[in-house]
Amino acid sequence: MSKAQTLTTPAVSPRLLATAAGFTGLMLLLAYLVAFDQGALSQSGMYLHELMHDGRHLLGVPCH
Amino acid sequence: MPLNTTPDYSQILLRGLLAGLTAGLLAGGFAFFLGEPHVEAAIAIEEAAAGGAEKPLVERSVQSGVGLFLATSLYGAALGGILATAYTVLRRRLHTGSDTHAALGLAGAALLGLVLVPFLKYPPNPPAVGDPATIRERTIAYLASVVLGLVAIWAAVLAARTQTHQWRRATAGTAGFLIVVTIAYTLLPTFNEVPADFPATLLWNFRISSLGTQAVLWTALGLTFAGLLSRLATRTGHPTETAAEITTTP
Repeated sequence: MSKAQTLTTPAVSPRLLATAAGFTGLMLLLAYLVAFDQGALSQSGMYLHELMHDGRHLLGVPCH
Repeated sequence: MPLNTTPDYSQILLRGLLAGLTAGLLAGGFAFFLGEPHVEAAIAIEEAAAGGAEKPLVERSVQSGVGLFLATSLYGAALGGILATAYTVLRRRLHTGSDTHAALGLAGAALLGLVLVPFLKYPPNPPAVGDPATIRERTIAYLASVVLGLVAIWAAVLAARTQTHQWRRATAGTAGFLIVVTIAYTLLPTFNEVPADFPATLLWNFRISSLGTQAVLWTALGLTFAGLLSRLATRTGHPTETAAEITTTP
């Protein structure tokens, strides 16, 4: 077996860039939900915020 | 078996998300065993100062168990998705023939720019440390330090690429990084909110465990993502390149 087989990555087209930007936005929203949301995004009151309290502290995000 | 097929963005993305989820769970395990004792100790101090425990909305045992793992795995998946996206968009601009070097390079850059640069300016605080009145300013400053960490990495790459000699590349890259970080650290506001009577050892231990949690997350994310890409390459790889590799490998 060879030691380094390389992958060809898809060509960076405007369409790929648009999809990538959209998905990055979605992922940032998810990260925001964990790290900063206080109920505005999750619409769960403070439940999710409190649930993920310890994770936020240990992931190095300012909490309170 | 498909040959010479270029994987879609979605195939790379799926591997990033999976690697992120795995890394998040591992980071959660690290945080549970090595970070939680410090969080609990800090909460005990907080409650003693407040004169008794308030009834939390979510039980403490849930916050330190399921909640912790939920937070780290969702955060990990989000970062894995972003890493895979960055990999897809930037792969052709990374001057290396090795996918493993490319994946690990991006994860390493993220560990440096997204974790270490913010950590040294705004070390994370355990419960009972930090003034709730400044949470907004501190959050904005923290996010600014994350962005400036990325700018520092970018500056390092640009500076390194102005040189051709290896030693000069390394030196120019380091200089570019340090110049941006130094300017950023000078301009960003400083917060000094640790209560005078908060135990210094507990603060240190908590901060190191938080840094460890993030280091586990990015290290595991980079390695898992590189591993999954390597498997994908074996499945869809180019037989000619394989043959060439074999003949050049002693």
